Amino acid sequence: MTKVPQARILTAGDSALTVEFGNEISEEINGKVLALDNAIQKEGIVGITETIPTYRSLLICYDPCAIRYAALKRRVSRLAERLGAASSGAGRIVEIPVCYGGEFGEDLPDVAAHAGLSEEEVVRIHSSKDYLIYMLGFLPGFAYLGGMDSRIATPRLKTPRVKIPAGSVAIGGEQTGIYPIASPGGWRLIGSTPVRPYDPDREDPILYRAGDRIRFVPVSAEEYRKIQALADQGTYPCTVREGGTGNGI
Amino acid sequence: MGFEVLKPGLLTTVQDFGRTGYQKLGISPSGALDRRAMTLANLLVCNPAAEALLELTFTGPELRFTADNFIAVTGGDLSPALNGKPIARYAAHPVKAGDILSFGQAKSGCRAYLAFAGGLGLPAVMDSKSTNLKCGFGGYQGRKLLAGDTIGFASPKKELPFFPLRTLESPTFGGEVSLRVILGPQEDAFTEGGIRTFFGESYEVTPRFDRMGCALEGPTVECREKADIISDGIPDGAVQIPSSGKPIIMLADHQTTGGYTKIGTVASVDLPLLAQCKPGDSVRFERISVADAQKLLRKEAKKLRKLNRYLNE
Repeated sequence: MTKVPQARILTAGDSALTVEFGNEISEEINGKVLALDNAIQKEGIVGITETIPTYRSLLICYDPCAIRYAALKRRVSRLAERLGAASSGAGRIVEIPVCYGGEFGEDLPDVAAHAGLSEEEVVRIHSSKDYLIYMLGFLPGFAYLGGMDSRIATPRLKTPRVKIPAGSVAIGGEQTGIYPIASPGGWRLIGSTPVRPYDPDREDPILYRAGDRIRFVPVSAEEYRKIQALADQGTYPCTVREGGTGNGI
Repeated sequence: MGFEVLKPGLLTTVQDFGRTGYQKLGISPSGALDRRAMTLANLLVCNPAAEALLELTFTGPELRFTADNFIAVTGGDLSPALNGKPIARYAAHPVKAGDILSFGQAKSGCRAYLAFAGGLGLPAVMDSKSTNLKCGFGGYQGRKLLAGDTIGFASPKKELPFFPLRTLESPTFGGEVSLRVILGPQEDAFTEGGIRTFFGESYEVTPRFDRMGCALEGPTVECREKADIISDGIPDGAVQIPSSGKPIIMLADHQTTGGYTKIGTVASVDLPLLAQCKPGDSVRFERISVADAQKLLRKEAKKLRKLNRYLNE
Protein backbone atom coordinates (compact mmCIF):
# COMPACT_ATOMS: atom_id res chain seq x y z
CA MET A 1 0.00 0.00 0.00
CA THR A 2 1.21 3.45 -0.88
CA LYS A 3 0.98 5.88 1.97
CA VAL A 4 -1.25 8.75 0.87
CA PRO A 5 0.15 11.97 2.27
CA GLN A 6 -1.89 15.01 3.35
CA ALA A 7 -3.34 17.03 0.51
CA ARG A 8 -1.34 20.12 -0.47
CA ILE A 9 -3.23 23.08 -1.91
CA LEU A 10 -1.18 25.00 -4.46
CA THR A 11 -2.04 28.19 -6.34
CA ALA A 12 -2.43 27.85 -10.09
CA GLY A 13 -3.09 31.46 -11.03
CA ASP A 14 -5.96 33.76 -10.13
CA SER A 15 -8.69 31.43 -11.39
CA ALA A 16 -7.52 27.92 -10.44
CA LEU A 17 -5.95 25.93 -7.65
CA THR A 18 -4.35 22.50 -7.53
CA VAL A 19 -4.97 19.94 -4.80
CA GLU A 20 -2.05 17.55 -4.83
CA PHE A 21 -2.16 14.20 -3.03
CA GLY A 22 1.31 12.88 -3.77
CA ASN A 23 4.04 12.57 -6.30
CA GLU A 24 3.70 9.11 -7.77
CA ILE A 25 1.38 7.07 -9.95
CA SER A 26 -0.61 4.80 -7.66
CA GLU A 27 -4.21 3.66 -7.48
CA GLU A 28 -4.49 4.87 -3.87
CA ILE A 29 -3.42 8.43 -4.68
CA ASN A 30 -5.52 8.54 -7.84
CA GLY A 31 -8.47 7.20 -5.81
CA LYS A 32 -8.17 10.21 -3.48
CA VAL A 33 -8.15 12.59 -6.45
CA LEU A 34 -11.31 11.06 -7.89
CA ALA A 35 -13.00 10.90 -4.50
CA LEU A 36 -12.33 14.63 -3.95
CA ASP A 37 -13.67 15.38 -7.44
CA ASN A 38 -16.86 13.47 -6.62
CA ALA A 39 -17.18 15.19 -3.25
CA ILE A 40 -16.84 18.61 -4.91
CA GLN A 41 -19.52 17.79 -7.51
CA LYS A 42 -21.85 16.65 -4.71
CA GLU A 43 -21.18 19.72 -2.58
CA GLY A 44 -22.01 22.01 -5.53
CA ILE A 45 -19.71 24.89 -4.55
CA VAL A 46 -20.85 28.07 -6.29
CA GLY A 47 -18.05 29.62 -8.36
CA ILE A 48 -16.28 26.39 -9.36
CA THR A 49 -16.41 26.30 -13.15
CA GLU A 50 -14.70 22.96 -13.83
CA THR A 51 -12.27 20.39 -12.51
CA ILE A 52 -9.50 18.31 -14.11
CA PRO A 53 -8.59 15.13 -12.24
CA THR A 54 -5.13 13.74 -13.03
CA TYR A 55 -2.85 10.98 -11.71
CA ARG A 56 -2.11 12.68 -8.44
CA SER A 57 -3.87 16.03 -8.33
CA LEU A 58 -7.11 17.83 -8.98
CA LEU A 59 -7.09 21.18 -10.81
CA ILE A 60 -10.07 23.26 -9.70
CA CYS A 61 -10.97 26.17 -12.00
CA TYR A 62 -13.16 28.88 -10.48
CA ASP A 63 -14.51 32.36 -11.03
CA PRO A 64 -12.86 34.76 -8.58
CA CYS A 65 -15.78 37.14 -9.03
CA ALA A 66 -18.03 34.46 -7.53
CA ILE A 67 -15.83 32.99 -4.77
CA ARG A 68 -12.72 34.27 -2.97
CA TYR A 69 -9.49 32.27 -3.00
CA ALA A 70 -9.36 31.97 0.79
CA ALA A 71 -12.97 30.80 1.08
CA LEU A 72 -12.56 28.20 -1.66
CA LYS A 73 -9.30 26.95 -0.17
CA ARG A 74 -10.99 26.50 3.21
CA ARG A 75 -13.91 24.55 1.80
CA VAL A 76 -11.73 22.35 -0.40
CA SER A 77 -9.30 21.53 2.45
CA ARG A 78 -12.20 20.56 4.66
CA LEU A 79 -13.53 18.20 1.95
CA ALA A 80 -10.05 16.76 1.36
CA GLU A 81 -9.58 16.04 5.07
CA ARG A 82 -12.89 14.23 5.30
CA LEU A 83 -12.21 11.85 2.39
CA GLY A 84 -12.26 8.20 3.31
CA ALA A 85 -9.63 5.72 2.26
CA ALA A 86 -11.96 4.31 -0.40
CA SER A 87 -11.30 4.99 -4.04
CA SER A 88 -13.72 6.87 -6.26
CA GLY A 89 -16.22 4.03 -6.36
CA ALA A 90 -17.15 4.99 -9.92
CA GLY A 91 -16.03 1.52 -10.91
CA ARG A 92 -17.75 1.07 -14.28
CA ILE A 93 -16.10 -1.31 -16.73
CA VAL A 94 -16.41 -0.26 -20.37
CA GLU A 95 -15.84 -3.04 -22.91
CA ILE A 96 -13.96 -1.95 -26.02
CA PRO A 97 -14.06 -4.43 -28.92
CA VAL A 98 -10.67 -4.70 -30.65
CA CYS A 99 -9.58 -6.46 -33.81
CA TYR A 100 -5.92 -7.30 -33.22
CA GLY A 101 -3.09 -7.67 -35.72
CA GLY A 102 -2.99 -7.76 -39.51
CA GLU A 103 -4.17 -4.59 -41.19
CA PHE A 104 -5.75 -3.52 -37.87
CA GLY A 105 -2.51 -3.56 -35.89
CA GLU A 106 0.56 -3.63 -38.04
CA ASP A 107 3.08 -3.59 -35.17
CA LEU A 108 1.70 -6.68 -33.42
CA PRO A 109 4.46 -8.91 -34.92
CA ASP A 110 7.14 -6.50 -33.58
CA VAL A 111 5.56 -6.44 -30.12
CA ALA A 112 5.40 -10.25 -30.11
CA ALA A 113 9.02 -10.53 -31.27
CA HIS A 114 10.18 -8.06 -28.61
CA ALA A 115 8.31 -9.99 -25.90
CA GLY A 116 9.46 -13.37 -27.22
CA LEU A 117 5.84 -14.52 -27.34
CA SER A 118 3.40 -15.50 -30.07
CA GLU A 119 0.97 -12.89 -31.38
CA GLU A 120 -1.88 -14.89 -29.82
CA GLU A 121 -0.14 -14.73 -26.42
CA VAL A 122 0.27 -10.95 -26.67
CA VAL A 123 -3.44 -10.57 -27.52
CA ARG A 124 -4.42 -12.90 -24.67
CA ILE A 125 -2.31 -10.94 -22.16
CA HIS A 126 -3.46 -7.54 -23.45
CA SER A 127 -7.15 -8.47 -23.32
CA SER A 128 -7.18 -10.29 -19.99
CA LYS A 129 -7.13 -7.25 -17.68
CA ASP A 130 -9.34 -4.37 -16.63
CA TYR A 131 -7.28 -1.22 -17.03
CA LEU A 132 -7.95 1.64 -14.61
CA ILE A 133 -8.43 5.05 -16.27
CA TYR A 134 -6.23 7.30 -14.15
CA MET A 135 -7.00 10.41 -16.14
CA LEU A 136 -8.09 11.80 -19.51
CA GLY A 137 -5.94 14.33 -21.32
CA PHE A 138 -3.57 15.02 -24.22
CA LEU A 139 -6.38 14.50 -26.76
CA PRO A 140 -10.15 14.49 -26.26
CA GLY A 141 -10.94 11.17 -24.62
CA PHE A 142 -7.33 9.94 -24.48
CA ALA A 143 -7.28 7.68 -21.43
CA TYR A 144 -4.13 7.20 -19.36
CA LEU A 145 -4.48 3.54 -18.40
CA GLY A 146 -2.76 1.77 -15.55
CA GLY A 147 -1.80 -1.82 -15.04
CA MET A 148 -0.47 -3.15 -18.35
CA ASP A 149 1.40 -6.44 -18.05
CA SER A 150 5.12 -5.65 -18.29
CA ARG A 151 5.71 -8.80 -20.36
CA ILE A 152 4.26 -7.02 -23.41
CA ALA A 153 5.91 -3.63 -22.80
CA THR A 154 7.64 -2.44 -26.00
CA PRO A 155 9.72 0.70 -26.59
CA ARG A 156 8.16 3.49 -28.65
CA LEU A 157 9.08 3.76 -32.32
CA LYS A 158 12.34 5.64 -32.95
CA THR A 159 10.56 7.87 -35.46
CA PRO A 160 6.92 8.65 -34.60
CA ARG A 161 4.27 8.15 -37.28
CA VAL A 162 2.86 11.38 -38.70
CA LYS A 163 -0.69 10.08 -38.46
CA ILE A 164 -2.08 7.28 -36.35
CA PRO A 165 -5.69 6.56 -37.37
CA ALA A 166 -8.52 7.17 -34.88
CA GLY A 167 -9.46 4.02 -32.98
CA SER A 168 -5.92 2.58 -32.95
CA VAL A 169 -5.07 0.53 -29.87
CA ALA A 170 -1.38 0.80 -29.11
CA ILE A 171 1.45 0.07 -26.70
CA GLY A 172 4.09 2.66 -25.76
CA GLY A 173 6.65 1.44 -23.25
CA GLU A 174 4.75 0.17 -20.19
CA GLN A 175 1.56 1.95 -21.25
CA THR A 176 -1.37 1.08 -23.46
CA GLY A 177 -4.17 3.21 -24.86
CA ILE A 178 -6.62 4.10 -27.61
CA TYR A 179 -6.16 7.04 -30.00
CA PRO A 180 -9.58 8.75 -30.03
CA ILE A 181 -8.74 10.99 -33.01
CA ALA A 182 -6.10 10.78 -35.73
CA SER A 183 -2.87 12.07 -34.26
CA PRO A 184 0.90 11.85 -34.64
CA GLY A 185 2.42 9.31 -32.27
CA GLY A 186 5.19 6.85 -31.59
CA TRP A 187 3.30 4.02 -29.94
CA ARG A 188 3.17 0.52 -31.48
CA LEU A 189 -0.16 -0.27 -33.14
CA ILE A 190 -1.49 -3.67 -32.08
CA GLY A 191 -5.15 -3.38 -33.03
CA SER A 192 -8.08 -1.15 -33.77
CA THR A 193 -11.51 -0.56 -32.30
CA PRO A 194 -14.56 0.31 -34.43
CA VAL A 195 -16.27 2.15 -31.55
CA ARG A 196 -15.77 5.87 -31.17
CA PRO A 197 -14.46 6.71 -27.73
CA TYR A 198 -14.96 10.34 -28.73
CA ASP A 199 -17.73 11.90 -30.83
CA PRO A 200 -18.34 15.65 -30.47
CA ASP A 201 -21.89 15.31 -31.77
CA ARG A 202 -22.88 12.70 -29.18
CA GLU A 203 -24.65 14.01 -26.09
CA ASP A 204 -21.91 12.37 -24.02
CA PRO A 205 -18.89 13.09 -26.24
CA ILE A 206 -16.60 10.69 -24.36
CA LEU A 207 -17.56 7.10 -23.56
CA TYR A 208 -15.76 6.88 -20.21
CA ARG A 209 -14.52 8.87 -17.24
CA ALA A 210 -11.46 8.86 -15.05
CA GLY A 211 -12.06 6.13 -12.45
CA ASP A 212 -13.77 3.77 -14.91
CA ARG A 213 -11.97 0.70 -16.21
CA ILE A 214 -11.48 -0.44 -19.78
CA ARG A 215 -11.60 -4.08 -20.89
CA PHE A 216 -10.36 -4.86 -24.40
CA VAL A 217 -12.43 -7.64 -25.99
CA PRO A 218 -10.93 -9.34 -29.07
CA VAL A 219 -13.24 -9.51 -32.11
CA SER A 220 -12.79 -10.91 -35.62
CA ALA A 221 -12.47 -8.72 -38.73
CA GLU A 222 -16.04 -9.65 -39.61
CA GLU A 223 -17.37 -8.61 -36.20
CA TYR A 224 -15.28 -5.44 -36.42
CA ARG A 225 -17.05 -4.44 -39.64
CA LYS A 226 -20.50 -5.23 -38.22
CA ILE A 227 -19.83 -3.11 -35.14
CA GLN A 228 -18.36 -0.37 -37.32
CA ALA A 229 -21.55 -0.16 -39.38
CA LEU A 230 -23.59 0.27 -36.18
CA ALA A 231 -21.08 2.73 -34.71
CA ASP A 232 -21.25 4.83 -37.90
CA GLN A 233 -25.02 5.14 -37.43
CA GLY A 234 -24.49 5.90 -33.76
CA THR A 235 -26.40 2.80 -32.68
CA TYR A 236 -23.66 0.58 -31.26
CA PRO A 237 -24.15 0.25 -27.51
CA CYS A 238 -20.82 -0.35 -25.78
CA THR A 239 -21.15 -2.91 -23.03
CA VAL A 240 -20.78 -1.17 -19.69
CA ARG A 241 -20.72 -3.17 -16.48
CA GLU A 242 -21.41 -1.40 -13.19
CA GLY A 243 -19.78 -1.87 -9.84
CA GLY A 244 -16.50 -3.25 -11.09
CA THR A 245 -13.95 -3.89 -8.41
CA GLY A 246 -11.77 -5.15 -11.25
CA ASN A 247 -8.38 -6.46 -10.38
CA GLY A 248 -6.15 -4.50 -8.14
CA ILE A 249 -8.44 -2.59 -5.79
CA MET B 1 -27.92 35.94 -45.02
CA GLY B 2 -24.77 37.42 -43.59
CA PHE B 3 -21.44 37.50 -45.39
CA GLU B 4 -19.33 35.64 -47.90
CA VAL B 5 -15.58 35.15 -47.48
CA LEU B 6 -13.71 36.51 -50.52
CA LYS B 7 -10.23 36.11 -49.00
CA PRO B 8 -9.77 34.15 -45.77
CA GLY B 9 -6.76 35.92 -44.22
CA LEU B 10 -4.05 33.99 -42.41
CA LEU B 11 -6.08 32.43 -39.61
CA THR B 12 -9.66 33.59 -39.24
CA THR B 13 -11.74 31.54 -36.81
CA VAL B 14 -15.06 31.81 -35.00
CA GLN B 15 -14.53 32.22 -31.23
CA ASP B 16 -16.52 33.05 -28.13
CA PHE B 17 -15.63 32.65 -24.44
CA GLY B 18 -14.79 28.99 -25.05
CA ARG B 19 -15.95 25.66 -23.62
CA THR B 20 -16.36 25.21 -19.91
CA GLY B 21 -16.66 21.83 -18.25
CA TYR B 22 -15.08 19.57 -20.86
CA GLN B 23 -11.43 19.78 -19.85
CA LYS B 24 -11.78 16.69 -17.67
CA LEU B 25 -12.49 14.80 -20.90
CA GLY B 26 -9.33 16.14 -22.53
CA ILE B 27 -11.09 18.86 -24.55
CA SER B 28 -9.31 22.25 -24.62
CA PRO B 29 -11.28 25.31 -23.56
CA SER B 30 -10.61 27.33 -26.79
CA GLY B 31 -12.16 30.81 -27.05
CA ALA B 32 -10.82 34.26 -27.97
CA LEU B 33 -7.18 34.90 -27.00
CA ASP B 34 -7.82 38.59 -26.28
CA ARG B 35 -11.01 38.39 -24.24
CA ARG B 36 -11.01 42.08 -23.43
CA ALA B 37 -11.08 43.03 -27.13
CA MET B 38 -13.72 40.38 -27.76
CA THR B 39 -15.97 41.68 -24.98
CA LEU B 40 -15.66 45.28 -26.18
CA ALA B 41 -16.43 44.38 -29.81
CA ASN B 42 -19.60 42.67 -28.65
CA LEU B 43 -20.67 45.49 -26.31
CA LEU B 44 -20.22 48.02 -29.13
CA VAL B 45 -22.81 46.24 -31.28
CA CYS B 46 -25.18 45.56 -28.40
CA ASN B 47 -24.35 41.83 -28.08
CA PRO B 48 -23.88 39.84 -24.88
CA ALA B 49 -20.16 39.84 -23.98
CA ALA B 50 -19.76 36.15 -24.86
CA GLU B 51 -21.40 36.24 -28.32
CA ALA B 52 -19.47 34.42 -31.08
CA LEU B 53 -17.40 36.62 -33.42
CA LEU B 54 -14.37 36.31 -35.71
CA GLU B 55 -10.81 36.29 -34.45
CA LEU B 56 -8.43 37.56 -37.16
CA THR B 57 -4.69 36.88 -37.00
CA PHE B 58 -2.01 39.09 -38.64
CA THR B 59 -3.64 39.25 -42.09
CA GLY B 60 -7.36 39.90 -41.94
CA PRO B 61 -9.95 38.47 -44.37
CA GLU B 62 -11.96 40.18 -47.11
CA LEU B 63 -15.70 39.76 -46.66
CA ARG B 64 -18.72 40.73 -48.75
CA PHE B 65 -21.90 41.36 -46.81
CA THR B 66 -25.10 39.82 -48.10
CA ALA B 67 -27.36 41.52 -45.56
CA ASP B 68 -27.53 44.85 -43.71
CA ASN B 69 -26.25 44.90 -40.13
CA PHE B 70 -23.82 46.59 -37.72
CA ILE B 71 -20.22 45.57 -37.04
CA ALA B 72 -17.34 46.56 -34.74
CA VAL B 73 -13.62 45.78 -34.98
CA THR B 74 -11.41 45.76 -31.87
CA GLY B 75 -8.03 44.41 -30.76
CA GLY B 76 -4.90 44.84 -32.89
CA ASP B 77 -4.84 47.39 -35.70
CA LEU B 78 -5.05 45.36 -38.92
CA SER B 79 -6.13 48.46 -40.90
CA PRO B 80 -9.84 47.72 -41.44
CA ALA B 81 -11.54 49.35 -44.43
CA LEU B 82 -15.10 49.38 -45.69
CA ASN B 83 -15.42 49.60 -49.48
CA GLY B 84 -11.79 50.70 -49.55
CA LYS B 85 -12.17 53.52 -46.98
CA PRO B 86 -10.45 53.09 -43.62
CA ILE B 87 -12.84 52.74 -40.68
CA ALA B 88 -12.23 53.40 -37.00
CA ARG B 89 -11.50 50.51 -34.66
CA TYR B 90 -13.45 50.35 -31.39
CA ALA B 91 -16.58 51.80 -32.97
CA ALA B 92 -19.86 50.45 -34.34
CA HIS B 93 -20.39 50.83 -38.09
CA PRO B 94 -23.47 50.14 -40.23
CA VAL B 95 -22.90 47.83 -43.21
CA LYS B 96 -25.15 47.22 -46.22
CA ALA B 97 -25.57 44.17 -48.43
CA GLY B 98 -22.87 44.39 -51.12
CA ASP B 99 -20.38 46.27 -48.90
CA ILE B 100 -16.85 44.85 -48.78
CA LEU B 101 -14.86 44.78 -45.55
CA SER B 102 -11.14 44.33 -46.00
CA PHE B 103 -8.00 44.51 -43.89
CA GLY B 104 -4.52 45.75 -44.68
CA GLN B 105 -1.22 45.77 -42.85
CA ALA B 106 -0.98 44.88 -39.16
CA LYS B 107 0.09 48.20 -37.64
CA SER B 108 -0.11 47.40 -33.95
CA GLY B 109 -0.91 44.11 -32.23
CA CYS B 110 -1.73 41.05 -34.29
CA ARG B 111 -5.21 39.81 -33.39
CA ALA B 112 -8.39 41.68 -34.22
CA TYR B 113 -11.98 40.84 -33.29
CA LEU B 114 -14.89 41.39 -35.64
CA ALA B 115 -18.33 41.35 -34.03
CA PHE B 116 -21.68 41.34 -35.82
CA ALA B 117 -24.82 42.71 -34.16
CA GLY B 118 -27.12 39.83 -33.23
CA GLY B 119 -24.33 37.26 -33.56
CA LEU B 120 -23.59 34.47 -36.03
CA GLY B 121 -26.04 31.77 -37.13
CA LEU B 122 -23.85 28.80 -36.26
CA PRO B 123 -24.63 25.82 -34.03
CA ALA B 124 -23.00 25.50 -30.59
CA VAL B 125 -21.03 22.31 -29.96
CA MET B 126 -20.69 21.45 -26.26
CA ASP B 127 -22.29 24.77 -25.34
CA SER B 128 -19.86 26.94 -27.33
CA LYS B 129 -19.41 28.21 -30.87
CA SER B 130 -15.61 28.39 -30.52
CA THR B 131 -13.56 26.61 -33.17
CA ASN B 132 -11.47 23.77 -31.78
CA LEU B 133 -8.87 23.48 -34.55
CA LYS B 134 -7.12 20.38 -33.22
CA CYS B 135 -10.30 18.32 -32.90
CA GLY B 136 -12.02 19.89 -35.90
CA PHE B 137 -15.33 20.91 -34.36
CA GLY B 138 -17.18 24.07 -33.38
CA GLY B 139 -17.14 27.41 -35.19
CA TYR B 140 -17.55 27.04 -38.95
CA GLN B 141 -17.19 23.31 -39.73
CA GLY B 142 -14.46 23.00 -37.12
CA ARG B 143 -11.88 24.84 -39.19
CA LYS B 144 -10.46 28.23 -40.12
CA LEU B 145 -12.42 30.19 -42.73
CA LEU B 146 -11.67 29.64 -46.42
CA ALA B 147 -12.59 31.64 -49.51
CA GLY B 148 -16.17 30.89 -50.57
CA ASP B 149 -17.49 30.16 -47.05
CA THR B 150 -20.75 31.87 -46.19
CA ILE B 151 -22.01 32.51 -42.66
CA GLY B 152 -25.43 33.89 -41.84
CA PHE B 153 -26.27 36.49 -39.19
CA ALA B 154 -28.37 35.10 -36.34
CA SER B 155 -30.53 38.21 -35.86
CA PRO B 156 -29.14 41.27 -37.70
CA LYS B 157 -30.14 44.70 -36.38
CA LYS B 158 -31.81 47.51 -38.32
CA GLU B 159 -30.63 50.04 -35.75
CA LEU B 160 -28.57 50.26 -32.58
CA PRO B 161 -29.67 52.34 -29.58
CA PHE B 162 -27.53 55.39 -28.67
CA PHE B 163 -25.60 54.94 -31.91
CA PRO B 164 -23.43 58.10 -31.56
CA LEU B 165 -22.09 56.81 -28.22
CA ARG B 166 -20.78 53.60 -29.71
CA THR B 167 -17.14 54.49 -29.95
CA LEU B 168 -14.31 53.86 -27.48
CA GLU B 169 -10.67 54.80 -27.22
CA SER B 170 -8.50 52.49 -29.42
CA PRO B 171 -5.47 51.14 -27.61
CA THR B 172 -2.15 50.50 -29.36
CA PHE B 173 -0.07 47.41 -28.69
CA GLY B 174 3.50 46.27 -29.06
CA GLY B 175 7.00 47.01 -27.83
CA GLU B 176 7.83 45.68 -24.39
CA VAL B 177 5.06 44.01 -22.44
CA SER B 178 5.06 43.43 -18.70
CA LEU B 179 3.09 40.38 -17.60
CA ARG B 180 2.18 39.89 -13.95
CA VAL B 181 2.68 36.31 -12.78
CA ILE B 182 1.43 34.40 -9.75
CA LEU B 183 4.09 31.89 -8.63
CA GLY B 184 3.14 28.22 -8.51
CA PRO B 185 2.08 25.47 -8.55
CA GLN B 186 5.63 24.09 -9.00
CA GLU B 187 7.84 27.03 -8.00
CA ASP B 188 9.65 24.63 -5.60
CA ALA B 189 11.17 22.91 -8.64
CA PHE B 190 13.35 25.95 -9.40
CA THR B 191 16.45 27.33 -7.74
CA GLU B 192 16.36 30.81 -6.17
CA GLY B 193 18.63 31.92 -9.01
CA GLY B 194 16.19 30.44 -11.54
CA ILE B 195 13.30 32.43 -10.09
CA ARG B 196 15.48 35.58 -10.03
CA THR B 197 16.32 35.06 -13.71
CA PHE B 198 12.65 34.57 -14.57
CA PHE B 199 11.56 37.82 -12.92
CA GLY B 200 14.69 39.83 -13.69
CA GLU B 201 15.41 39.20 -17.35
CA SER B 202 13.66 40.04 -20.60
CA TYR B 203 12.33 37.36 -22.98
CA GLU B 204 11.62 37.52 -26.68
CA VAL B 205 8.44 36.26 -28.35
CA THR B 206 9.42 33.62 -30.95
CA PRO B 207 7.50 32.62 -34.10
CA ARG B 208 6.38 29.51 -32.19
CA PHE B 209 3.27 31.38 -31.12
CA ASP B 210 -0.15 29.96 -31.95
CA ARG B 211 -3.51 29.53 -30.25
CA MET B 212 -2.05 26.75 -28.07
CA GLY B 213 0.87 28.63 -26.63
CA CYS B 214 3.63 31.17 -26.89
CA ALA B 215 7.26 30.03 -26.74
CA LEU B 216 9.79 32.59 -25.48
CA GLU B 217 13.54 32.88 -26.02
CA GLY B 218 15.88 34.22 -23.37
CA PRO B 219 18.01 33.31 -20.36
CA THR B 220 17.59 29.77 -19.03
CA VAL B 221 15.48 29.38 -15.89
CA GLU B 222 17.44 27.02 -13.68
CA CYS B 223 15.56 24.14 -12.06
CA ARG B 224 16.63 22.12 -9.01
CA GLU B 225 16.59 18.55 -10.32
CA LYS B 226 14.54 17.81 -13.38
CA ALA B 227 12.09 19.79 -15.42
CA ASP B 228 9.42 17.13 -15.76
CA ILE B 229 6.58 16.21 -13.43
CA ILE B 230 3.91 13.52 -13.49
CA SER B 231 1.31 15.16 -15.77
CA ASP B 232 -1.21 17.40 -14.05
CA GLY B 233 -3.86 19.93 -15.08
CA ILE B 234 -2.97 23.11 -16.97
CA PRO B 235 -4.77 26.40 -16.21
CA ASP B 236 -5.01 29.21 -18.81
CA GLY B 237 -1.87 31.33 -18.77
CA ALA B 238 0.31 28.65 -17.13
CA VAL B 239 4.03 29.29 -17.68
CA GLN B 240 5.71 25.96 -18.38
CA ILE B 241 9.47 25.57 -18.20
CA PRO B 242 10.55 22.49 -20.17
CA SER B 243 14.07 21.06 -19.89
CA SER B 244 15.40 23.77 -22.26
CA GLY B 245 14.74 26.28 -19.45
CA LYS B 246 12.83 28.62 -21.82
CA PRO B 247 9.29 29.60 -20.81
CA ILE B 248 6.18 28.59 -22.80
CA ILE B 249 2.90 30.33 -21.92
CA MET B 250 -0.23 28.22 -22.41
CA LEU B 251 -3.16 29.84 -24.25
CA ALA B 252 -6.81 29.00 -25.02
CA ASP B 253 -6.18 25.88 -27.17
CA HIS B 254 -3.70 24.41 -24.66
CA GLN B 255 -3.62 20.72 -23.79
CA THR B 256 -5.67 20.04 -20.68
CA THR B 257 -2.84 18.16 -18.94
CA GLY B 258 0.91 18.17 -19.30
CA GLY B 259 4.16 17.03 -17.78
CA TYR B 260 6.29 20.19 -17.88
CA THR B 261 6.96 22.06 -14.66
CA LYS B 262 4.91 25.22 -14.23
CA ILE B 263 6.74 28.08 -12.51
CA GLY B 264 3.69 30.36 -12.43
CA THR B 265 0.54 31.58 -14.13
CA VAL B 266 0.01 34.89 -15.95
CA ALA B 267 -2.66 37.06 -14.30
CA SER B 268 -5.92 36.81 -16.29
CA VAL B 269 -6.09 40.57 -16.87
CA ASP B 270 -2.68 40.49 -18.59
CA LEU B 271 -3.37 37.61 -21.02
CA PRO B 272 -4.91 40.01 -23.61
CA LEU B 273 -1.57 41.90 -23.75
CA LEU B 274 0.27 38.68 -24.58
CA ALA B 275 -2.34 37.83 -27.25
CA GLN B 276 -1.35 41.01 -29.10
CA CYS B 277 2.42 40.33 -29.03
CA LYS B 278 4.30 39.61 -32.24
CA PRO B 279 7.45 37.55 -32.74
CA GLY B 280 10.34 39.80 -31.76
CA ASP B 281 8.40 41.70 -29.05
CA SER B 282 9.88 41.48 -25.59
CA VAL B 283 8.19 40.24 -22.45
CA ARG B 284 9.11 40.82 -18.80
CA PHE B 285 7.57 39.07 -15.84
CA GLU B 286 6.53 40.82 -12.66
CA ARG B 287 5.45 39.09 -9.48
CA ILE B 288 1.90 39.51 -8.18
CA SER B 289 -0.08 37.86 -5.37
CA VAL B 290 -3.26 35.88 -5.98
CA ALA B 291 -5.24 38.42 -3.97
CA ASP B 292 -3.98 41.37 -6.03
CA ALA B 293 -4.49 39.57 -9.36
CA GLN B 294 -8.07 38.80 -8.34
CA LYS B 295 -8.65 42.40 -7.26
CA LEU B 296 -7.59 43.54 -10.75
CA LEU B 297 -9.89 40.99 -12.35
CA ARG B 298 -12.88 42.07 -10.27
CA LYS B 299 -12.12 45.72 -11.01
CA GLU B 300 -12.09 45.00 -14.74
CA ALA B 301 -15.35 43.03 -14.54
CA LYS B 302 -16.94 45.99 -12.73
CA LYS B 303 -15.68 48.43 -15.36
CA LEU B 304 -17.11 46.29 -18.17
CA ARG B 305 -20.47 46.03 -16.41
CA LYS B 306 -20.53 49.81 -16.10
CA LEU B 307 -19.67 50.26 -19.76
CA ASN B 308 -22.34 47.77 -20.73
CA ARG B 309 -24.94 49.73 -18.74
CA TYR B 310 -23.78 53.00 -20.31
CA LEU B 311 -24.00 51.63 -23.87
CA ASN B 312 -26.88 49.24 -23.70
CA GLU B 313 -29.38 50.23 -20.99
